[in-house]
Amino acid sequence: MPDVISQDGSIRQDDWIVVPRPAEGESLDIPEQSKALIPADLWLAGYEHFTGRDDIGVWFDSHDEPEMLAGKFQELPVIAVNFPKFSDGRGYSIARLLRERFGYANELRAIGDVLLDQLQFMKRCGFDAYVLRADKDINKAARCLNFFSQGYQAATDTDLPLFRRRAS
Amino acid sequence: MYVYDEHDRQIAAERVAQFRDQTERALAGELAEEEFLPLRLQNGLYVQRLAPMLRIAVPYGMLRADQLRRLARITRDYDKGYAHFTTRQNVQLNWPALEDVPDILAELAEVEMHANQTSGNCIRNTTTDQFSGVQSDEIADPRPYCEIIRQWSTFHPEFAFLPRKFKVAVNASEKTDRAAIQVHDIGLQMVRNDAGDLGFRVHVGGGLGRTPMVGPVIRDFLPEADLLTYLEAVLRVYNRYGRRDNKFKARIKILVKALTPEAFAEKVEAEWSHIKDSPSRLTRDAIDRIQAYFTEPDYQSVDNATELLAEQRFEHRGFDQWLSHNVDTHKKPGHAIVTLTMKETGTPPGDVTDRQLEQIADLADEFSFGEVRVTHQQNVVLADVRQDRLLELWQAVVPMGFGTANLNTLTDVICCPGGDFCALANAKSIPVAEAIQRRFDDLDFLYDLGNIDLNISGCMNACGHHHVGNIGVLGVDKKGQEFYQISLGGSSHHDATIGKILGPSFAREDMPDVVAKIIDVYVDKRTEEETFLDTYRRVGIDPFKERVYA
Ligand code: HEM
Ligand code: SF4
Repeated sequence: MPDVISQDGSIRQDDWIVVPRPAEGESLDIPEQSKALIPADLWLAGYEHFTGRDDIGVWFDSHDEPEMLAGKFQELPVIAVNFPKFSDGRGYSIARLLRERFGYANELRAIGDVLLDQLQFMKRCGFDAYVLRADKDINKAARCLNFFSQGYQAATDTDLPLFRRRAS
Repeated sequence: MYVYDEHDRQIAAERVAQFRDQTERALAGELAEEEFLPLRLQNGLYVQRLAPMLRIAVPYGMLRADQLRRLARITRDYDKGYAHFTTRQNVQLNWPALEDVPDILAELAEVEMHANQTSGNCIRNTTTDQFSGVQSDEIADPRPYCEIIRQWSTFHPEFAFLPRKFKVAVNASEKTDRAAIQVHDIGLQMVRNDAGDLGFRVHVGGGLGRTPMVGPVIRDFLPEADLLTYLEAVLRVYNRYGRRDNKFKARIKILVKALTPEAFAEKVEAEWSHIKDSPSRLTRDAIDRIQAYFTEPDYQSVDNATELLAEQRFEHRGFDQWLSHNVDTHKKPGHAIVTLTMKETGTPPGDVTDRQLEQIADLADEFSFGEVRVTHQQNVVLADVRQDRLLELWQAVVPMGFGTANLNTLTDVICCPGGDFCALANAKSIPVAEAIQRRFDDLDFLYDLGNIDLNISGCMNACGHHHVGNIGVLGVDKKGQEFYQISLGGSSHHDATIGKILGPSFAREDMPDVVAKIIDVYVDKRTEEETFLDTYRRVGIDPFKERVYA
């Protein structure tokens, strides 16, 4: 099982499995023993069945619209956002919407093509857990999460932009 | 001019450390080339035809004398002793070694400079009118707003991996647009509403490149306090819905066109309604604080030197020409705005040597409160010169090679580096500029022709703005041979227009003749007072076609 990095840089064992989108005609293959993250639209489709379970979370792909789960976010223990390619920046906007617009307060993790140099951007947009791409050196994550001691903008890590902090 | 405080200094230092670390990991093979690529681009580092190229940011074109001197030293110590002023008010070095770049960035940071986001799919350097703050017809000084945008866009965590690069420009004059805002992803025109409040008219979706477009207005009046939240809404809509499947269709202009400007505007308004009153809304205090950096220099009260200048012009014909063409009126009596054209024939437009950078620094100290501005036409402006010292200044600049009195004429060419330096080029552009400059070397004839924008690009990317040149030249490649296509009627000003292609392309050696024929048609057809563009708009493209392809 891969490790998951927390916002403070600490590393722990990951006990969630990402269930891929089933192929046409196949059904969702949820593992028996583990907690599972399933595609968000399928969670919605099976809402009666999944709601209230603390062992089922969802994942969004970068083109998904998180709006589809409006009003239901707090029922989810974990939401993951997939970065199919590290250069696809849609996941950052999704994260901010989840945190700032929809007030989602549980774990928000970045999965997929997650590299070291993007970690701090992810953190600032509201991700608090990261599953690094397997070939990257997890021991460098803590430093990469903190290259900058502050940012100019308001983001989920600080609701005050620098121009307001300067004024105080 | 803006001066860093401890926060800016700290962020700049952390950025240098970060890039040093990234470069080391790249050189050690821990970062794949494709992973390092966007990181180095966001630090201004391209890998080019002959060597890497480093693009250094000059926020809204402002440079201090100490910064010019540092640039000179950097070109000497790390490069071949010259640099290049670009059409985005930046500075490029053409020959730095990859391993040296962290050191160069550290040297830049010492003088409050950087190469942040000068390339890559992120928000680039915000540009503006080089005459900001010194002309009498502007709504307000745009530079504080550019600085506010600079800070907001620097390392914006949500917008570092956009579908494509993103450029914002601000214009404040009602009469002219020297910042070409309508061919930017976002163009902000400063305006006042009926109540007298300051704000912006917002254009979105302009751009050059392969699919040139003039940006439509998506909001007539945006109050100044809402600047950042509204930009955030536009960028968020673009980040989520801009195309990512095809790099040529990834620009915001394609999204705006596909949705229609009205539907795009609605999406932005919907997004904005959620964040409008967030803490990112600008406070009066924040605006005042930034504006305080752009207050007037310590102008001495001097009278207009009209009589003195009349006498001096009479004695020096060259000075007379320079005054008429390269010197503009200033909002303060007794002062003038001087443009040094970096367009001496035989020197690639925008090129400066280390020595010239130092000379410009000295001129800035001596004549203009230690500051200059870089223009998108690749020239340099001394914005605060006393009228009674103009003659002295002119006598100093002529031997330096930037006293050519050809501002806004046919030989004040905008020209990209083309095949001489740029890996993307289909054709050379510098020799074309030079050949045309040689052909039109008679200043009196140039003055008689009046303002003509001649813009040259070496490929479809349109760095040289050929689409918006009154005469545009585009280098194309046909079976490995270089050819040049002409377009006519473009404009980058308030009447922004994309030029129309004249017809089949020409060989390089024919270019001076072709331009001469186009000029002949204008001279034949014009009425008194008509500029080239006026005549073109009245008579249309056909008379030009007939003459050129006869
Ligand atoms: C030497 C290396 C250079 C490279 C590799 C380069 C690359 C590019 C590329 C790929 C574009 C793409 C435009 C698009 O697809 O829309 C572009 C546009 C542009 N470049 Fe360059 N460029 C270089 C130098 C310059 C220089 C020297 C200037 C200024 C003189 C410049 C100014 C611009 C401008 C203004 C655009 C904007 C066109 C638009 O609005 O879309 N570039 N450049
Ligand atoms: S227009 Fe093309 S050739 Fe010229 S600098 Fe831009 S990318 Fe290079």
